This record gives sequence, C-alpha cells and structure tokens, in this order.
Amino acid sequence: MEKKIYLDNAATTKTKPEVVDAMLPYFSELYGNPSSVYEFAAQNKKALDEARLTIANAIGTESAEVYFTGGGTEADNWALIATAEAYEGKGKHIITSKIEHHAILHTCEYLQKRGFEITYVDVDENGVVKLDQLEKAIRPTTILITIMFANNEIGTIQPIKEIGAIAKKYKVLFHTDAVQAFGQLDINVDELGIDMLSASAHKVNGPKGIGFLYIRKGIKIRSFIHGGAQERGRRAGTENVPFAVGFGKAVELATTTMKERTKKETELREYLIKRVLAEVPYTRLNGHRTKRLPNNVNFSFQFIEGESLLIMLDMNNICASSGSACTSGSLDPSHVLLSIGLPHEIAHGSLRLTLNEDNTMEELDYTIDKIKETVDKLRKMSPLYEDFVRRR
Amino acid sequence: MYTKKVMDHFSNPRNMGEIENPSGIGTVGNAKCGDIMRMYLDIDENGIIRDVKFKTFGCGAAVATSSMATELVKGKTIEEALQVTNKAVMEALDGLPPVKVHCSLLAEEAIHAALWDYAEKNGIKIEGLAKPKTDIHEEEEREEIVY
Repeated sequence: MEKKIYLDNAATTKTKPEVVDAMLPYFSELYGNPSSVYEFAAQNKKALDEARLTIANAIGTESAEVYFTGGGTEADNWALIATAEAYEGKGKHIITSKIEHHAILHTCEYLQKRGFEITYVDVDENGVVKLDQLEKAIRPTTILITIMFANNEIGTIQPIKEIGAIAKKYKVLFHTDAVQAFGQLDINVDELGIDMLSASAHKVNGPKGIGFLYIRKGIKIRSFIHGGAQERGRRAGTENVPFAVGFGKAVELATTTMKERTKKETELREYLIKRVLAEVPYTRLNGHRTKRLPNNVNFSFQFIEGESLLIMLDMNNICASSGSACTSGSLDPSHVLLSIGLPHEIAHGSLRLTLNEDNTMEELDYTIDKIKETVDKLRKMSPLYEDFVRRR
Repeated sequence: MYTKKVMDHFSNPRNMGEIENPSGIGTVGNAKCGDIMRMYLDIDENGIIRDVKFKTFGCGAAVATSSMATELVKGKTIEEALQVTNKAVMEALDGLPPVKVHCSLLAEEAIHAALWDYAEKNGIKIEGLAKPKTDIHEEEEREEIVY
C-alpha cells in the first residue's frame, strides 16, 4: 500500500486540522499575554478561560480545578511530588501499581530515594489491579494512591470507581494518570472519587507539549513551577495560549464525537483481534478481552522478536509499536507485559496496534496480511521456532 | 536508525536456514534478553568452511549481523574465520547504533561456538579459540539512569 497506515495512536495522534485552525490566530495576530490589563490581551485571557472550561466540563468539574501543564508527564510529576511534600507530615507512604507509565514509576523511584515508601500493587493476568492487595496495603501513613485509568500498552481499564471508593474509605488521596483514557472513556471525577487526574492533549488530536492536572478543591498541594501568578500561582510561567486553545478545541471534538468514534474503533478492534487470533497460530492477546480501551490491540507472537516485526511492518508503510527490549532501550522487555506474567521471550514478541476513527477495514485487511507474512518469515528464521517444531 | 547495509541484510538475509548433519553448530544468547543466534558450519577435510547457515531470534541488527558474519566466513579457512571479529562485522555493515553493538559480539560468538563444537566433535584443538560464553550479556555494562 502506498499510503501510510498509522496504527500507533497511543504514541501520539494527528493534530486535527480544526485544532490547527483554532490555534493559528493565537500565534500571529492574537499574541497578547493573558496577564496584561489592556483590551488586546483580554481576548487571550478569554480564550484561555474557554479552553479550561471545555476541559473541565469533559471530566465533570469546574474550571477552577483544571491547571494547564507542559504535558501528561509534568502533570504526573507534579501530582506525586507535590502531594509527597505537602502531606509528608501525615506519612510517607504511597501506593501505585506495577504497570504504571514511567512518568509515574520513575517519579516514585525519585521519591523513594528521598525517604518515601512505595508499594507497587500487582495486577492479574489481564492487567487489572488487585483490589484486595491494594486495600491491604493501606497504612495510617499512606498519603496517596496513584493508579492509571487505562494502560498505555495493553489497554486494560482499571476499576477506577472501586479504587476511588477505597481511597475515600481510608481518607487517602487518589490520583489517576488518565493520559490514555481521557477522550476515549467517560470520566466524571466526582462519580469516580478522583482527587487528581493527569491528561495530555496530543493523545486526543491536540498539540504536543500541553496537558493538564485536575486538582480537587481543598487539596493543599503546592506549586511545582515557581514564578508568577499564572494558573492561580500553582503553575507559573506565561500561559501557552495557542496550545491551550488547541487543547480546548481537541477536547470539544473528542467529547462530541466520543460515542460514535469509540463505537467504530471498537468494531475495528474486534475485527482485528478475531482475525489475527484465528489466522496466526501461537498468538495471544495481551490485556483484558473486553475491559480495554476501544482502540487498543496488543498481541504476542511466540518465537519472534518485536523490533524485527516493527521494521518489516514499517517497510510496508505500517506504523506500530512493541514492548520488546530492543524498542525500550533496555535489556528487559516491557514491565507491563512481565507484570501480567508473560515469560521474557513472549514479552519480546509483542505488537501494539492502536487505532483511530479514520482507519478503514481495507487498511486492517492489508495490515493483517502483512502481519501473517512477516510473522511467518521471522519464524522461519527463528531458532526458537526450529526447536519448537523439532520437539513437537 | 540503521544503515542501508543493515537494512539490506535484515530484509534479505544471506545464508539463512539450516544445514543437515553440520560439521559444527553453535547457539549463543538467550531468549530472556531477546536474542538468540545459531550458526551451522559445513567444514571440508581441508578445514575450509564450505557452507554456513544461520537462524536468529532477535532485532533487526541481530539478523543483519548474523547474515553478514556468515558472508564473511563462507569459503574461508578456520584460521581466517577466527579473524572475523565483531568489529569486522560492524564495519562491513557500515556501523551499528551503540545499543546494538552487542549483536555483533553475539555474531562473533556464534561463529566461535560452532567452531568449538566442530573441534570437540573431531577431537582437535583450534589454536586461538577459547570455549565460548553462552551468554554475551554477562559482561555487558549498561548506563544506569538515576531518578
């Protein structure tokens, strides 16, 4: 196929043309600083407020609780580090899961080195956090539970409402990294008992470099970036108005199209899963069969290595990703795949395909053909497959 | 990320396959780290490597280094084959990204392992050939990032 087939929407998404159009005036003619007093700048303040309100409404809250950040990673860092500093008088214990994004896990490591204790709760074979273990891990010194809304690799959706209820029962703060879920799933912070939530614009067809942290009113965490009075003094620095406007536009589009879009993505997802599992032997689906993001598919193909698969798919104009060590820059394959109990060699052979609403059946048929061809070619090359065939 | 030569050897690997009743066979690496290489050698009575085949489970660089290593030893004497170092493999491929250098070590080691097997089978000693390590990652050091 001549055309590129983009199946890596969990990595990033295309900035929608409507989003770009909405942003453009704020780079050129409407360049004022929202903090200035003159009328010219007031338009920027207004645009910023509108974007914030759109985002706040999308998670069922009000704009005073939404703080723009430089992305999802910054929001995660802020939530964890500032909570740790603000509540260390109460205790120095934080609970998270083994399958969080590195924005959470590496921030936890940072805190651990500074005297905090972290409990990493296990997940089951589908990647669902073990709630009984989570509840048992709570101590009088626990100040925060941070569990992702949905996993970025295997797409498993966590029992957020149940976790929110547990957090409330023990009066512990609950933060969720919703970078993958935001814009794909219905989120209402009050109904789900969420105290803090991180999200990012570029995962929902917005620009890269902007995200937000929702902080429930009354939570006393402090500024992460010190300086001026922007973002109510909690996140200093002149606001990135064009990006905030783009984020607002992206969220408006994501919210209004959510039902229709996720229905289509789910259909495509199911088609892809069913065909690949039926037509490629020695293949497994990673993540929960049904409680998964509408656009996420993650397979493990036995006897082959993921990076080889990605390069060969790339040669056929298919963009995808893998949890193999070679793509993570370390010797170990994805911590998520190991946490759901996969042996190393099966984790190395993983392939993640994340869809968007513009993908077509024709694209998927082509992709499935190429997967079959490539997996077959790589297996013929694989000493592991040779040994397997011999033993059989 | 990869050179044209690496991509060429990855997409059209030379000498991929098996040899029935090989003179020597060597398997190195482990599935845990994500790469395994197996080399088959067919060595004639004059000590010339008549044929060589490989099978590899691993990344693009692992496949390409295996393929290049087979090309470099095919038709050579055992002594010449021993001179094929990981550096020679890398140079022949116009270089590898730093994180993939271990793949070329694995290729060198796989050749040595197959030669070692040949020597053992025939009760001979090959000058300059040490018993190969089964896992080259044992000695590899990696940069650790501190958070």
